[in-house]
Amino acid sequence: MTDMLTPVLTANWGTDRSWTLEAYEAQGGYAALAKALKMKQDDVITAVKDSGLRGRGGAGFPTGLKWSFIPQDNPKPKYLVVNADESEPGTCKDIPLMMASPHTLVEGVIISSYAIRANHAFIYVRGEVLHVVRRLQAAVREAYAAGHLGKNIHGSGYDLDLVIHAGAGAYICGEETALLDSLEGRRGQPRLRPPFPAVAGLYASPTVINNVESIASVPSIIDKGADWFASMGTEKSKGYVIYSLSGHVKKPGQYEAPLGITLRELISLGGGMRQGHELKFWTPGGSSTPLLTAEHLDMPLDYEAVGAAGSMLGTRALQIFDETTCVVRAVLRWTEFYKHESCGKCTPCREGTWWLAQVLTRLEKGQGTEEDLDVLLDQCENILGRAFCALGDGATSPISSSIQHFRDEYLAHLTHGGCPFDPMTSTVFAQEGALA
Amino acid sequence: MAIDDKTYDELREIAARYPQGRSGLLPMLHLVQSVEGKVTPEGIQVCAEILDISPAEVSGVATFYTMYKRRPVGDYHVGVCTNTLCAVMGGDLIFERLKEHLEVGNDETTPDGKVSLEHIECNAACDYAPVMMVNWEFMDNQTPESAVRLVDDLRAGNEVHSTRGPRLCTWREAERVLAGFPDDLADEGPSAGKASLAGVEIARTMGWTAPAGEASAPTGSTADTKVGAAEQADTARAESETKAEAGQAEEGKS
Ligand SMILES: Cc1cc2nc3c(=O)[nH]c(=O)nc-3n(C[C@H](O)[C@H](O)[C@H](O)COP(=O)(O)O)c2cc1C
Ligand code: SF4
Ligand code: FES
Repeated sequence: MTDMLTPVLTANWGTDRSWTLEAYEAQGGYAALAKALKMKQDDVITAVKDSGLRGRGGAGFPTGLKWSFIPQDNPKPKYLVVNADESEPGTCKDIPLMMASPHTLVEGVIISSYAIRANHAFIYVRGEVLHVVRRLQAAVREAYAAGHLGKNIHGSGYDLDLVIHAGAGAYICGEETALLDSLEGRRGQPRLRPPFPAVAGLYASPTVINNVESIASVPSIIDKGADWFASMGTEKSKGYVIYSLSGHVKKPGQYEAPLGITLRELISLGGGMRQGHELKFWTPGGSSTPLLTAEHLDMPLDYEAVGAAGSMLGTRALQIFDETTCVVRAVLRWTEFYKHESCGKCTPCREGTWWLAQVLTRLEKGQGTEEDLDVLLDQCENILGRAFCALGDGATSPISSSIQHFRDEYLAHLTHGGCPFDPMTSTVFAQEGALA
Repeated sequence: MAIDDKTYDELREIAARYPQGRSGLLPMLHLVQSVEGKVTPEGIQVCAEILDISPAEVSGVATFYTMYKRRPVGDYHVGVCTNTLCAVMGGDLIFERLKEHLEVGNDETTPDGKVSLEHIECNAACDYAPVMMVNWEFMDNQTPESAVRLVDDLRAGNEVHSTRGPRLCTWREAERVLAGFPDDLADEGPSAGKASLAGVEIARTMGWTAPAGEASAPTGSTADTKVGAAEQADTARAESETKAEAGQAEEGKS
């Protein structure tokens, strides 16, 4: 049996000056790089394949398989791009990782780039996290000075340049093809696929795009072995991941555990729900994943089980709301977010998110009718599967799932002539007051 | 202020970081903001010139991203997260209180030019809700009262530190770092805030760890051949299995 929590990526976060090269190397950092540089590139890819690592950015695509799609007979340069845009509401794991241990990511970038034969890599980090950008810049500087980056890395004959690239505020740039357009200096709008980035990505060249946590997991796989990694987790969801607990729990924060832990276990590790309250609804993987309820507390949090429950594991962004929260208010706010962040490229999403917000606003004010719920579901149906990218689909998730689980609460807004909740009771300061 | 030779050179320097210069446009616009206080027509013109694209193209990019401002913001640009989780936890009330206190609306600046206010989307810090940002530094776990104190301190010119970072710099200084010209503040602030460490602390108390893996061969003594590496790996794997079994036995006892 593995332990309940298995800190690997988070293990060094609390240590003294953990972000420096010195501290990172003192705890074994860059040993995996030395090992990888002595391996054949294809063997690195095989190790990542064998580990069962699946993308941690939301979709869960097998990472090693993605790398193997890079056509090595293509004469164009290959690129690695790290998706550090972390903007999916609820998701808050990559940012603390890069703040506390940027070298874990940098080491992962070097090994991964080596594996796919890229001589240029980019970390596209959202712009709204200044101190994280600083720590990444400093880590890259240190890595060059130590010979981990640059020409002929440690005499291996392998060259790699790494650029830290700060974005400028747009949720859609987390979508991988929009990210590529943005990285090419354009408006961040998704591209038609195929061709997939592995064939024609950055500058129409073969490109691998991976999430921060995916790439940061690579050094541990090389260092400790694919079998070690696969010894954690469930049958088809291998390894450890970071679960991000937020909202109405006693101890919100980052919990690194093998895939398959349950929400009940995570909440109890964190000391339970806040005093005197109970779980009402939660997101398993950010706001784009359908809401779940207390009924799903004992479901293993892996790709398969959450999928079977009609939702998605996504980014394991567990936003927890108790009974003081109005679900209609929560869903309206997310919907306004999607409306604002819609890139405008396709009609179902551009127009659809606008209409969704209109109807929800009316309902929230208690001014709609019961038929509006069917209108909403109808609109969701017209967006789902018809939008150009997954943002549009995601926008429908909170709406259809909340109507499914909380239809009565929508109706209560109509009979009450507005929101029956006091917004004060859900705040952290209400809690402080109650305890004082 | 105008785009002088130094800035012009720095803009070219940014473009030169990339295999194709146009990739530099986003950081270049950050630098324009740092120098000009917003995205100006002159800044757009210069970027277009350097990248050999039309000003309309640059403009189209600048208007797409929320961090680029067409109107000047304050020395301290204050963001209040009002995405669902923070809103519910108190972000909405904080934002209302600040609008009243500063007598500004969303995306407006105080008359003294010190503070501008904006409601922002999830800033990847939900475990510190309700979250505010000042010049894109984290101000975690806020209340309406702490938020008012914060903006008062900023307006009074008092020294303010991020809850997970350094002493706050100005918005223009921040934009320069985002353009890829580092300041010397990376070593300030903690490695992580309390919430980031919630799981690790519990694991430490409980003595929980990831399974022991293959012994990591120290740098230099790694196998030189693939066969050697495989042999090493196999022994290590066997060792780790033994250790894992031992661990299981331990657990059985407790
Ligand atoms: C609207 C939208 C936003 C996304 N935001 C992110 C993000 O911030 N970070 C991320 O890693 N992936 C994000 N993704 C997923 C990426 O498109 C892509 O699947 C991922 O970066 C691949 O990396 P992985 O295989 O390592 O998970 C987003 C997808 C969509 C549709
Ligand atoms: S679904 Fe929305 S975000 Fe995606 S391409 Fe269409 S308009 Fe843009
Ligand atoms: S919702 Fe406010 S930081 Fe995530």
